[in-house]
Amino acid sequence: MGLVLALLTFAALAAIPLFPDLVGGPATITLFARMILYAIAAVSLNLILGYGGLVSFGHAAYLGLGGYTVGILYAHFISGSPFLGLIPGTNQLLVTVPAAMLVSGLFALAIGALSLRTTGVQFIMITLAFAQMVFFLFVSLKVYGGDDGLIVRRPNVLFDLNLRDTTTMYYIGLVALAAYVWLVARIVRSRFGRVLTGLRQNERRMAAIGISTYRYKLVAFVIAGMGAGLAGALMANLQRFVSPDMLAWTKSGELMIMVILGGAGSLIGPIWGAIALVGMETALAGWTEHWQFWLGPILICIVLFARGGLYGFVASLLKRDGR
Amino acid sequence: MTLVLEQLLNGVQLGVMLFMLAAGLTLIFGIMGVINLAHGSLFMVGAYAAAVTAAQTGSFLLALVAGLAAAGVLGMVIEFVVLRRLYARDHLDQVLATFGLILFFNQSIILIFGRQPMFVNIPPAFQGAVELLPGVPYPIYRLVIIAVGILVALGLWVLITRTRIGMLVRAGATNREMVRALGVDIRLLYTVVFGLGALLAGLAGIMAGPLTSVQVGMGEQILILTFVVVVIGGIGSVRGAVFGALLVGVVDTMLRAFLPGFLRTMMAGSEADALGAGLSSMGVYLLMALVLLLRPKGLFPAHG
Amino acid sequence: MTTKTLIRSLAMAAALAAAPAMAQTPVKIGLVTTLSGPGGYIGADIRDGFQIAIDMEGGRLGGIPVQLLVEDDGFNPGKGKQVVEKFLKTERIKLVTGIVFSNIAGAAVPDVLDEGAIYVSPNAGPSNFAGKECHKNYFVVSWQNDSLHESAGKAVQDLGYKRAFILAPNYQAGRDALTGFKRFFKGEIAGEVYTRLDQTDYAAEMAQIRAANPDVVFQFHPGGLGITFLRQYQQAGLAGAIPMVVAAPSMDLTTMNSVGDSAVGVRLTSHWFHDFDNPTSKKFVEEFQKKFNRLPTFYASQSFDTALAIGAALKGTNGNVNNTDAFRTAMLKAEFQSVRGPFRFGPNQHPIQDWWAGEIVRGPDGKPMMKSGARVMSNHGDAYAADCKL
Repeated sequence: MGLVLALLTFAALAAIPLFPDLVGGPATITLFARMILYAIAAVSLNLILGYGGLVSFGHAAYLGLGGYTVGILYAHFISGSPFLGLIPGTNQLLVTVPAAMLVSGLFALAIGALSLRTTGVQFIMITLAFAQMVFFLFVSLKVYGGDDGLIVRRPNVLFDLNLRDTTTMYYIGLVALAAYVWLVARIVRSRFGRVLTGLRQNERRMAAIGISTYRYKLVAFVIAGMGAGLAGALMANLQRFVSPDMLAWTKSGELMIMVILGGAGSLIGPIWGAIALVGMETALAGWTEHWQFWLGPILICIVLFARGGLYGFVASLLKRDGR
Repeated sequence: MTLVLEQLLNGVQLGVMLFMLAAGLTLIFGIMGVINLAHGSLFMVGAYAAAVTAAQTGSFLLALVAGLAAAGVLGMVIEFVVLRRLYARDHLDQVLATFGLILFFNQSIILIFGRQPMFVNIPPAFQGAVELLPGVPYPIYRLVIIAVGILVALGLWVLITRTRIGMLVRAGATNREMVRALGVDIRLLYTVVFGLGALLAGLAGIMAGPLTSVQVGMGEQILILTFVVVVIGGIGSVRGAVFGALLVGVVDTMLRAFLPGFLRTMMAGSEADALGAGLSSMGVYLLMALVLLLRPKGLFPAHG
Repeated sequence: MTTKTLIRSLAMAAALAAAPAMAQTPVKIGLVTTLSGPGGYIGADIRDGFQIAIDMEGGRLGGIPVQLLVEDDGFNPGKGKQVVEKFLKTERIKLVTGIVFSNIAGAAVPDVLDEGAIYVSPNAGPSNFAGKECHKNYFVVSWQNDSLHESAGKAVQDLGYKRAFILAPNYQAGRDALTGFKRFFKGEIAGEVYTRLDQTDYAAEMAQIRAANPDVVFQFHPGGLGITFLRQYQQAGLAGAIPMVVAAPSMDLTTMNSVGDSAVGVRLTSHWFHDFDNPTSKKFVEEFQKKFNRLPTFYASQSFDTALAIGAALKGTNGNVNNTDAFRTAMLKAEFQSVRGPFRFGPNQHPIQDWWAGEIVRGPDGKPMMKSGARVMSNHGDAYAADCKL
């Protein structure tokens, strides 16, 4: 059933740009592209939060790091001076995106290695603390815009494609999403994934049967960070702008909401969650300036009364029909 | 030298403010096992209620009562409507639900009072400055805040070490299940603790009003710092909250005051200022990360 | 209205409805501004200042019917970009204006220009668009950011102060502010401090100011930040002791009213004061007060001037905004009466204008009141115009 739902989801997403009028005109393709990119970040967070039970309250840091990698490489590409005197700038998407994932992954490695020594509330707070440090780091880097952010005047180059065109950007995002979901699916089904799920359920038991829990958690943390970096790199290309706003703690909160809303611990639930949250925000914001007044209680109700999220809801419906 | 003393006092004053928020937060953490992100909203609501009352009546005493009442009542409502359902849930659910509360309260305040910051005057009795040492005038109001903070800390100490409620609080922070098993009315204890935390948050908000502007979002700015305090001090430990708050208050103020000047002796002016401002913002988080790495349960862990 | 004209206008309305592509279709103007957050009052004044200009002409600018679309950028550059994208792609708008903050302008304006549309700034004038990266479709009616603070620096210099302590938040506009101030203040800098943009307690800075004991304090803290700063300045006992000179954004009418008594004695510089004695300004203040029941801030005046400048260009091109070159030529003539008096565009399409001193004094009702003073600078352009090759 999971596979059918996943295929249906991707088929629907692939069809959206073909019928722009159904979804409210060509300008909304940008909105859908944003949903797709947030979906990548949400799926990556779900790997540690949903499967591994690691409540990271600083996931936006890796999103922002990915975005800033693209922005900084572009800035050096334009100015011609290498980064730190060593690394030349570039605007090739095939270089910037892997670089962004590498940077996010390295930060995740360092932060994860330290944070995973703690558990529970302390883990939530230390991931938040590290994310705040990265946030203030970029706020104080005036070379790269500081609080004002960094403009990426022209999107990166990929073959002969025009990345200024949002439909092209949309499909690039969709391909990236599909690839990352495929990776996560492979991980979850492997022995590694089963250990990860076991950690969430009972870490002590896993340790007792001789599994080095720390290393498993750290590897998952790094893969998740790289996923967020991928999302951030593409987002920098879509918006042609990065700012510390991308790594604010509220953004980390939003990513968590996407995961829970869609259904933590399900493969494609977070995709639905990202689409639903961004869509809900846009719809409410179009209707009233005080949209958060409504979003807040909606969130509370979801947490209190709809534990499996959208995916759990749909799954239970399908199960009932099947019987 | 006098500058150092004055900055030290500023740091202590910030620490006292943080303590009033952290004391409630740490007890709620320790006893009920709930992460309440909406604690900052109680701070904001207390400040707004006091600001409005002061503007209408001109009386600081009435403003104090109104602020405390608003924060206390709201705290109990939050506990009854939302948090009570979250005690048995994991931290993730608590974080998200109380995140939702923040969005709701911030927008409610905007709907009622608008986006313009509000301003409260310092009560006439506390206006002006006193000369602590020759050449070091210090605002009386900030000294009053420090004094109130010390009183609150003493009061809490008496409450926790000398009363029956305090005994239950200590017992609850050490082993929640055991207290419940012994037949203590845990509901009542929870409400009392939560009410106390809300009152202290409201008090902090009321005191902050005349210093800073009363505005939407003021709760979140201080909330994250308060979490840093609680985690450094050790969750559930009031003693930890005292030390954590003073440590964070002083370190933050000192870094902000002296780091740029120190850096400027080593590099160009504007570079030093930008870097100094950034590093001093990062300072307390760095401190927290260090403490957690060396002592994962904080400086004064409550759970044996 | 006679029956004949009634019929004629009805017929015209019907024709308009039937043929939306006709020349008489209102020209759409997109106004994206900050209506939320602590700076929300600025956006509201920019919106209202623009609207009053349209209202005074009965729904037209320069004789051409216009339709104003207003959207909030939420004080968020990303949101600003989205709004602009909607304006350009869905609404097919060619004329965009309204942005308050430099960081939002920095993110959104390139999108407008890349799309071949025209941007006319009623407020933010960041340095990067004034120099090398100036653009033929980019106009600023307000000021280049630095000139606000250059005029304050000149005023402090003229007042004869020797040692100044200067403070601003650590972001682009804040750093530009201190650079601009230092460009015209030749005395000694007793201290230079960058505060945090999210800071609410300035106790540490007050102690530093007291320790440095300067002749004068210059600070740039727009909106809510400035209010808090001024109040704590008074609480720390510095208000009577060390005079303060600020640029216009640190002391607009809203700030002054919120600060109350602590504002009295503060000196400032601005390019427009609401008590200016010229017919356009008087008429503008009168109409604004009548409609919105409050005094307009200088933000509103800039937006009003922006509307007039656009009106002049519309008049010159007979409402054809698709020929941007012709529009630009008409715009550059600046054939309108500014509320500031003399006004023209410099080579980088930023204003060349006069700057005036002002002071907050106690009014007859005991409340603080803003009063304009002597001219500080004449025909002042900006330092970046030389780098602009248009």
